[in-house]
Amino acid sequence: MNALYALFAVVVLVLIAFLGVSAAGLQVVFGVIVPYAAVSVFLIGIVYRMLKWATVPVPFRITTTCGQQKSLPWIKSNPIENPSNGLWAVRMALEVLLFRTLFRNTSISLADDEKSIGGKRIVYSANFVLWLGAIAFHYCFLVILLRHFRFFTEPVVFFVPLVEVLDGFFQVGAPVVYMTSLIILAALGYLLFRRFANPQVRYISLAADYFPLFLLLGIVISGLLMRYFLKVDVVSAKELTMGLIGFHPVVPEGIGSLFYIHLFLVSVLVVYFPFSKLMHMGGVFLSPTRNMANDNRARRHINPWNHPVEVHTYEEWEEEFRDKLEAAGIPLDKG
Amino acid sequence: MSSDELDIKPEELLEFDYDPPKKDWMDPSVAFRMGTYCYSSAPKNVEYLGMPNPREWQPTEKDWKLPENWKEIIYEGMRDRLSKYRSFQVFMDICVRCGACADKCHFFIGSGDPKNMPVLRAELLRSVYRNDFTAAGKVLGKLAGGRELTEEVIKEWFYYFYQCTECRRCSVFCPYGIDTAEITMMGRELLNLLGLNITWALEPVANCHRTGNHLGIQPHTFKDSLEFFQEDIEDITGIKVDLPINKKGADILFVVPSGDYFADPGTFTLMGYMMLFHELGLNYTWSAYASEGGNFGLFNSHELIKRLNAKIYLEAKRLGVKWILGGECGHMWRVVNQYMDTMNGPADFLEEPVSPITGTKFENAKSTKMVHITEFTSDLIRNNKLKLDPSRNDNLRVTFHDSCNPARAMGILEEPRYVLKNVVNHFYEMPENTIREQTYCCAGGAGLGTDENMEMRMRGGFPRGNALRHVQEKHDVNRLACICAIDRATLIPLADYWAPGVEVTGVHELVANALVMKGEKEREVDMRGEPLNEMEGDEDV
Repeated sequence: MNALYALFAVVVLVLIAFLGVSAAGLQVVFGVIVPYAAVSVFLIGIVYRMLKWATVPVPFRITTTCGQQKSLPWIKSNPIENPSNGLWAVRMALEVLLFRTLFRNTSISLADDEKSIGGKRIVYSANFVLWLGAIAFHYCFLVILLRHFRFFTEPVVFFVPLVEVLDGFFQVGAPVVYMTSLIILAALGYLLFRRFANPQVRYISLAADYFPLFLLLGIVISGLLMRYFLKVDVVSAKELTMGLIGFHPVVPEGIGSLFYIHLFLVSVLVVYFPFSKLMHMGGVFLSPTRNMANDNRARRHINPWNHPVEVHTYEEWEEEFRDKLEAAGIPLDKG
Repeated sequence: MSSDELDIKPEELLEFDYDPPKKDWMDPSVAFRMGTYCYSSAPKNVEYLGMPNPREWQPTEKDWKLPENWKEIIYEGMRDRLSKYRSFQVFMDICVRCGACADKCHFFIGSGDPKNMPVLRAELLRSVYRNDFTAAGKVLGKLAGGRELTEEVIKEWFYYFYQCTECRRCSVFCPYGIDTAEITMMGRELLNLLGLNITWALEPVANCHRTGNHLGIQPHTFKDSLEFFQEDIEDITGIKVDLPINKKGADILFVVPSGDYFADPGTFTLMGYMMLFHELGLNYTWSAYASEGGNFGLFNSHELIKRLNAKIYLEAKRLGVKWILGGECGHMWRVVNQYMDTMNGPADFLEEPVSPITGTKFENAKSTKMVHITEFTSDLIRNNKLKLDPSRNDNLRVTFHDSCNPARAMGILEEPRYVLKNVVNHFYEMPENTIREQTYCCAGGAGLGTDENMEMRMRGGFPRGNALRHVQEKHDVNRLACICAIDRATLIPLADYWAPGVEVTGVHELVANALVMKGEKEREVDMRGEPLNEMEGDEDV
């Protein structure tokens, strides 16, 4: 049901853009006003969210330690998984760049085993698929984003041709088929598929989990259609995007409604981004279990709101148990 | 009740599958079935600690006697915590529900209850957060994953936040490091605002506040217990060890979890400490005031952690010691490693810890000034300061259970292993997915180790028990060592149920067996009073 809501929402969005441009002739709205508004919301939203998180104090250093601590010099510690100094930054880098934790993922199943009490044995197996799907999606997204700088720079910024050559390495088709075009489709398809196929994941999935997947699929598919099948007027499209970038917007004739659908879905994505789980991108940097060293015993962590609490003091305790302490011969402060 | 009195056999207990029900999880529904929940806290303890809404009530009753403005209290409590704990705010916002944590929780693995998946446990709270604290939730409600706060939701929180042992295994696997322990701690703090707490978690706090230890042992009885162990040690070794209590001018204050002077087998480990310190001629002291290293405050609220923990530094200052040594305990070391210095420091009245025997500086503890006993002992062994005869433990085939907090909130993995390998000759590891940072909980931590919760404990204990059974079959393991006092209580019924025949031990019990003391008589029995080397003599030839 949640998936249907999400799919429905994306279909409606496509229709809005399609009808808005082809029937109502609102090219200016979808080509200029919406993108500007969306990017504004995106920037303000991201800054707001990051500031909101960053201004909440971190009262305790609650590092999750995934390896040996640094203690005695002859015991080999794990400086990355249990950092005792600035190497937590390496831990974070591995997390952000390589999805290190997801790489550790395992899955369990129960196997019949007569030697086990209860007749079942837990079998652990490595599970790289989610890691693979996730990393494939994110890196493809990055590459595609970089490729899109062709539309925002004139002369085209140096890395774009480089990325294009690498991405089109296999030289298949005309125009050349980019690897990322196919991989991102497969990755998104897998991420969506597992939300349906894995019973636990299906159970926990909200509309807010399906919506970004459908939206991204909409963006990718409309992009692929433009590039490989229903060619749009690229020169006019770039005229529009350069106009946006240079703050002298123009709306050239005859770009084709597919382009506006694509642009509108992207606009929705960037508006949605700061207010949704997609902010995990920024949040991961602020995760207190990952972005601090486990060095509390060596270096005091300050809690800005640390406040005094009621403590049962020694004096009160001695008073309360005076007779018993005396009888037991335990030394007293006040004889 | 022990686990043999649980009238569900292991086969029956495992009759579930991991497929979730058809019903939407957002409809709160929870049945308080005997064996799967903990009794409410007695009003006298709630009152003694000055906490809200003391009254008689039980989870099975329909009316939980919540304060009239309970909703406001929860909203205000959430608002307050969202502004004080970045962990809470960020963890409410960034979960993508990827499901990597789902099959990492021992309670899920042993029950199949989908709300025991860490992600869903957090969603119970997150759904309310979305509904009332986010723009999307306020506008779109359920469509944005929001859920209205009702009394049923509160009941569900109670059931599932007291069905999490705050073991942090899921946080090892979460790509964003979301730590369900943190969520559960917030959930329990919120519940505490309404007077919803469990006796097994709160009574120890009240006891500890008053007498100095969780078990409510008063100072004269504390001394009696230690004297009793002194006599036992003399019977076994022929040596009368020192027993300094509240001694001013000692170099070191020694703090242990009270379970270790209360019940076997912790007592054997405690005797090990006494023998070790005597043998070293250590100038140390026990304290009858700070007679608790553990901290059940951790299982209720940050405020209670601080109130109980404060006593250790206060006492160290009063006695004028140089530094503090702490015994084998799990959650105690989470508190010492991650909260103590921040909450009650700086301990600038103490010195940076140096072993008086080896001269080793414990650089990693130079701010808190508190050293873990296995750090201390492994340093002694490394520097050849102890005479050890591991063959005295030859009847034991030992494996090691990493306790949750020392493993995942500290990373003390090698020190206990180093000690063990020097005091026993037969040591075997359990499978790698069940040890070190991936270790499983005993399912009785975080205040849940109570008898009425036995079914749930055996369910949650299944992954640990299954791994233990594996090494029992493969290597004839008969002893499960650990560095946690809760483990020493809770792993016993767990082993009886899932790997019968395996006994539970502290690391320093095995040290005590192996320790050759100056002037000792020939040892005939081990610390448990059982004849040395008789258990498997003939088979070994």
